[in-house]
Amino acid sequence: MSKRSWAVLAAVAAGLMLPAAGVSKNTGGTLNMIAWEGYTQPQWVTPFQKQSGCTVHAKYAGSSDEMVTLMRSGGGGQYDLVSASGDASLRLIYGGDVQAIDPTKIPDYKNFLKTFQSPPNNTVGGKHYGVSLQWGPNTLLYNTKKVSPAPTSWGALYDSKYKGEVTVPDNPIQIADAALYLMKTKPSLGIKDPYELNQTQFDAAISLLRGQKSLIKKYWALASDEIDLFKNGDAVIGASWPYQTNTLIAAGAPVKDVVPSEGATGWLDTWMVSKKTKNLACAYKWLSWISTPKVQAEQAIYFGETPVNKYACAEMDKLELGSCAKYHADAAESYFKNIYFWKTPIADCGNGKKDCLDYTKWQQAWTALKG
Amino acid sequence: MAAGLDSPQGLNGRGRGARRRIGGALYRRPWLRGLSLLAPPVAAFTAVYVAALAVLFVSAFWGVDPFAGTLIRHFSFDNFRTLWDASVYHTIALRTIGIAAAVTLTDALVAFPIAYFMARVAKPRSRSILFVMVLLPLWSSYLVRVYAWRLILNKEGVLNWVLHGFGLPAANIAYSNTAVWIVFSYVWLPFMIVPIYAALERIPHSYLEASRDLGARGSRTFRSIVLPLALPGVVAGSIFTFSLTLGDYITPKLVGGSSSDFIGNVVFDSVGVSNNVPFAAAYATVPLLVMGVYLVLAKRSGAFEAL
Repeated sequence: MSKRSWAVLAAVAAGLMLPAAGVSKNTGGTLNMIAWEGYTQPQWVTPFQKQSGCTVHAKYAGSSDEMVTLMRSGGGGQYDLVSASGDASLRLIYGGDVQAIDPTKIPDYKNFLKTFQSPPNNTVGGKHYGVSLQWGPNTLLYNTKKVSPAPTSWGALYDSKYKGEVTVPDNPIQIADAALYLMKTKPSLGIKDPYELNQTQFDAAISLLRGQKSLIKKYWALASDEIDLFKNGDAVIGASWPYQTNTLIAAGAPVKDVVPSEGATGWLDTWMVSKKTKNLACAYKWLSWISTPKVQAEQAIYFGETPVNKYACAEMDKLELGSCAKYHADAAESYFKNIYFWKTPIADCGNGKKDCLDYTKWQQAWTALKG
Repeated sequence: MAAGLDSPQGLNGRGRGARRRIGGALYRRPWLRGLSLLAPPVAAFTAVYVAALAVLFVSAFWGVDPFAGTLIRHFSFDNFRTLWDASVYHTIALRTIGIAAAVTLTDALVAFPIAYFMARVAKPRSRSILFVMVLLPLWSSYLVRVYAWRLILNKEGVLNWVLHGFGLPAANIAYSNTAVWIVFSYVWLPFMIVPIYAALERIPHSYLEASRDLGARGSRTFRSIVLPLALPGVVAGSIFTFSLTLGDYITPKLVGGSSSDFIGNVVFDSVGVSNNVPFAAAYATVPLLVMGVYLVLAKRSGAFEAL
């Protein structure tokens, strides 16, 4: 190679390096996130990037299990943050994938409703592994024209009256819904927590679900699947999220949802920080930003869920009148006695014995049930 | 150093000599020419395809730490034992193979008359129109076609609307294995029509005339001449429809009911959901094995001559 071509090459290399150096100087770094679709909308990500100088790259995951898989892919460290739901968070904590954070560095943390300051699905041994974000109940959705009288119990999903017209989520955590129903209707089983089941209790829940299978039209995997099923009359009753109810009502479908007398399971999402993040400063900036009342309200209305910051209620009504009450963002603490938030089933049931079935068992049972 | 007449690019003497030597060697040894032409694609094929299969097969004997989700590179038959012991995986494998067989049979029965008409009855102009019509669905996304079927089969969909119009009772086949069978038969139909068409078109007209001259009726000619000569085409088409159905997981997910999981769904869930790649690899060897057997049988019937 001649001297001249070396010179050209050097110039090109320098040219390539210059803008890169410029970027890292001007910004606070990059955050790679795994998020639910709709959790990193430009509406609140763009102002964050401007204000903090941190760039956000988000990858959407389709399920809690996928989130766990992604956090562990390539030995971890590929992603800085994850918006983990309660059925994934304990797996990430016990798997050593995420790190404990200091909540005093999050200004809005003290404004969270008590229930969400140290919920068992992201707080272990007094350590906080991330900040709670948003929650929602798993409701009983039904077609008001086809289902009467209006159901008040989860029993409606196990009743042969609606054979072939029932739909429930395609998710192993659905076993907890059966366990919750048994907890209230069969006290002899002694279920205390629908996520901590020993073999007998677990078998009872599975046999309830096996009986339900012949009534099921489809186990829905995507929210849009359930919306289709209700819109086209293929399903008239099912387990759902408020998002589907709102979408269906907006489309003029005759549906309603209810939290039945047994209470309901619910999800609570937490932004968690990877143990191997190289950008802790940016991660804290994100956690603080996403906890502010305005951002909480924006996300709640966009996604159809409920913020954990109590000051978000007023912001929600500012964005959409009545939305605070619609999503129970103004709920009293007593309301949460009836909501059993998702958490990953683990072998340790907290009674000193390790006789509970862990999530792997739940997954296997769910596969066997569907097969 | 004079530039040669045959090197307008200005190659220097050494480069030209080397080129000549290589050219001469290739000319004298045709096998070397063949090898140098084939080597790059064969190397790529080996690296990408065969190596991937080998890794798949090896990893099927590994395991996953349930706690940390990391790979355990330790040889064991655990995954295969699970597959053998748990009846749910037998059910799913049999369902997959059963529906793939049903789809193949359906496509063969539907495709044959269409291909026959195209090859032997239609005039050149209408033949090209038919060809376009057969291939047209392939221009649109697979997903669009599957979702379209959902709209047709729904309880309040097109099918029931038509049935209602004729005063017939509503069909309740949305979200069921029947729906999976119908949709698969539809999406893979062109892959059956084209090979059968190719086989039928190659039958010389003189054979049919000879058969008629010898006093055979139409049905006898069909049985003794057309069908045996078209069979390799049918088998070639069936390789497509069977293997495509065997490996699919999207259609069962979208139009299937409460028990419509295919092998592909379990593989997908094992990788994406429970992060258990070794188990997925172990289960993925089942369709590989089935396809292997199928291809051996197909080869015996002479199907590859029609491809």
